[in-house]
Amino acid sequence: MSSKIYITGIGVISAIGNDVAETLASFEQLSSGIGELKHIRSRHKGVVPVGEIKATNAELTAMAGLGPDKESTRTALLGLIAAQQAVKSAGIKNIKELRTGIVSATSVGGMGITENLWMDYLDPEKSGPWLKYIEAHECGDSTEFIADALGIKEYLTTISTACSSSANAIMFGARLIKHGILDRVIVGGTDSMSRFTINGFMTLMILDKEECKPFDSQRQGLNLGEGAGFIVIESEKAAKGKEIYAELSGYGNSNDAYHQTASSPDGAGAFLAMEKALKVSGLKPSDIDYINAHGTGTAINDLSEGTAIDRIFSNKVPDISSTKAFTGHTLGACAAIEAVFSILAIKHNIIFPNLNYKNPMHELSFKPTISLKIDKKINHVLSNSFGFGGNTSALIFSRHK
Amino acid sequence: MEAYIKGLGIVSPQKTFDTNDFLSEVVEHNSKSLNCIEPSYKELLNPTLARRMSRIIKMSIAASTVCLRDAKIEIPDAIMTGTALGCLEDTEKFLLAIIENEEQFLTPTSFIQSTHNTVSAQIALQLKCMNYNFTYVHKGFSFESAVLDGLMTIAEGEAKNVLVGGHDEMTEKFYRVCDRIGYWKKEDDVPTMELFESKTSGSIAGEGAAFFMLSHEKTENCYAKLRGIKTIYKPESNIEIEAKISELLSSKGLTANDIDVVVYGINGDCRYDKTYNHLKDSLFKKSTSTYFKHLCGEYQTSGSFAMWMAAKMIKTQTIPSAVLIGKNKSKQIKNVLIYNTFLDTDHSVFLLSQC
Amino acid sequence: MDALIDQLKGEIIEQLNLEDLKKEDIDADAPLFGEGLGLDSIDALELIVLLEKNHGIKIANPADGKKIFQSIRSMAEFIKANKK
Repeated sequence: MSSKIYITGIGVISAIGNDVAETLASFEQLSSGIGELKHIRSRHKGVVPVGEIKATNAELTAMAGLGPDKESTRTALLGLIAAQQAVKSAGIKNIKELRTGIVSATSVGGMGITENLWMDYLDPEKSGPWLKYIEAHECGDSTEFIADALGIKEYLTTISTACSSSANAIMFGARLIKHGILDRVIVGGTDSMSRFTINGFMTLMILDKEECKPFDSQRQGLNLGEGAGFIVIESEKAAKGKEIYAELSGYGNSNDAYHQTASSPDGAGAFLAMEKALKVSGLKPSDIDYINAHGTGTAINDLSEGTAIDRIFSNKVPDISSTKAFTGHTLGACAAIEAVFSILAIKHNIIFPNLNYKNPMHELSFKPTISLKIDKKINHVLSNSFGFGGNTSALIFSRHK
Repeated sequence: MEAYIKGLGIVSPQKTFDTNDFLSEVVEHNSKSLNCIEPSYKELLNPTLARRMSRIIKMSIAASTVCLRDAKIEIPDAIMTGTALGCLEDTEKFLLAIIENEEQFLTPTSFIQSTHNTVSAQIALQLKCMNYNFTYVHKGFSFESAVLDGLMTIAEGEAKNVLVGGHDEMTEKFYRVCDRIGYWKKEDDVPTMELFESKTSGSIAGEGAAFFMLSHEKTENCYAKLRGIKTIYKPESNIEIEAKISELLSSKGLTANDIDVVVYGINGDCRYDKTYNHLKDSLFKKSTSTYFKHLCGEYQTSGSFAMWMAAKMIKTQTIPSAVLIGKNKSKQIKNVLIYNTFLDTDHSVFLLSQC
Repeated sequence: MDALIDQLKGEIIEQLNLEDLKKEDIDADAPLFGEGLGLDSIDALELIVLLEKNHGIKIANPADGKKIFQSIRSMAEFIKANKK
């Protein structure tokens, strides 16, 4: 069970870029992806800014190299694009040469299409090729779409634990390797914008009407985003001789068990998740060089997470930032997207700035890093992701020695 | 990777809520959509939390509570659930409100409860359980993934008692939606108790919530030993299926001849019964054949009903006549294998043995 | 005022699924949150929508709810003062 987990491929698509290179360029130019809603018809367009990917579903289908007849849900398409990049960057030619599985995560699944067709589905007078999207509603459908396109057959599953979903997908994939069930797993998550989630978060009154301001005392809430992130993880044996981006050295999952949506004020669940991740990695808090925080920009999350971080790090908090002011909160995909960011932080010795931060929170000992930092060696990155239902997860990525 | 099943709790379209009973009375629904027989929730649910809960949340919390009591465990070391459709009723409610009110005057409760991890989160919240908490949402692999995670978690050594469950609900609207793509039988009159004999396409809809306490140790109340689970995605041939089954059996030092009873996921849909028929007549021709979807209907996490049935058969050493296909050939029930598929895409195999 | 209080009781029972309660069980001056009815932050959001939908009053900041939703009487007073 002590075997290591190597990351040999990465792929990402979000509001700040359709691939890794575009993403890095956006970070370097401090260019946020938050803007006005375009691809969805909604009353809230122009009222709440979002982190949307600048492409239609037809354009995404083409980007994934599929014919127009193969168009699927936006969730599935985004996931496939990121997974294709990950597989390509891992140099995989024949996916079946190793026991390869996929563990994906999503919170909305096919809702982006269901919400447009629901009344037609229920009307027996109406019919058309769009009836195929009924099955695409299920979360697992996007995973099967990606698996079929990549030729993955050995093992498939999908995880949905709200906004921590893809951290748990990465964790479960790593454990499948450690148990010797698989040699290699494509792990990550995907979520697309939908009226369902925009309106859902509206009812919770936690959407900022301006760009979100994580860890700022004047923060007003989050911006929703969409995107996908996938990484290829392999066992020590399978990764032999390959280029290794980083190692997944630690992971922890816990439940806050405090409230249906809100985090506990002291971040008890977050604390436990980080503590478990550190234990699995064998690292001390002082070994962590950078924290990619969950940092959604809501009053409750940032206080709860910040308090837990202060406790874990005994108020000696390393560089920390939330990248959600760049991408928006991509829900089930955010942990995987931020896993890619964490791996890039190690690969390029780069710390991404926490945009829109001005006013310190008096409750916390630390201030986030607000400008791009490229002068520090990054060996270990902690990445947090928390979700509704008290789900708290933490991952640690480490430089491969 | 093995674990003992030391407690269970299930709400289904049958009278399964009493853990001491085993299908002593079978409810014949004779309907194309089988709904759960719900218990009285009064002493099972926290009334403050229960007032917001939809039907599937109530049924799941009730089933998990019974399971915890049956296993005499207050706080499990981990909770993992499988659900393909999550909390459908709340999802539909919020969706319809968005459409009908044109995105105005929406309230948060149904949105909050629409998330797929609502049930595992609510169990944690009720128990104040801060341990590992996962929700799997992969169609016909949802419950199976939760079971695999349960076995892995116990094998890792830190968790001793793990609560594993599967739950899905059917609503009137979603039944109609799935009917449009041929999920259900077209004929009006479907005698559910003769589902096995059916020669037409489509199945009958079902639902349920079943929970199991997997444990590292054998106890007196132990139902069965869960030996392993395997999932097969889009098998290309019967050869591939047989190879996967044999792989699982041989890893436990068993052959097909050691399997006393097979529980088949036969759902009355003539398009999907070929695998079951093949296994029944080849690999497992000496074993006793049983099936269950005429009792609970077809749904993505129906494997949880099958696992309940297998565990009960082993513990009671009985096979209710209602689930038998053909004759009971078994003197003793030592090893039970479950073979199930959802829409012929997601196939799964479970192996259970006597403790 | 009493008519408004009575109306609010009915609306709250319906909106928050307080099926076991009757109007006469609710004391107009008892606290809605914590003790008393035992409501929580999700209920507060539900009540904000109730004010908007049934009484035409919009509350932009959920933190304002704390004062308004102290009791049924405070809610009624707020509605009376803000109704156009």
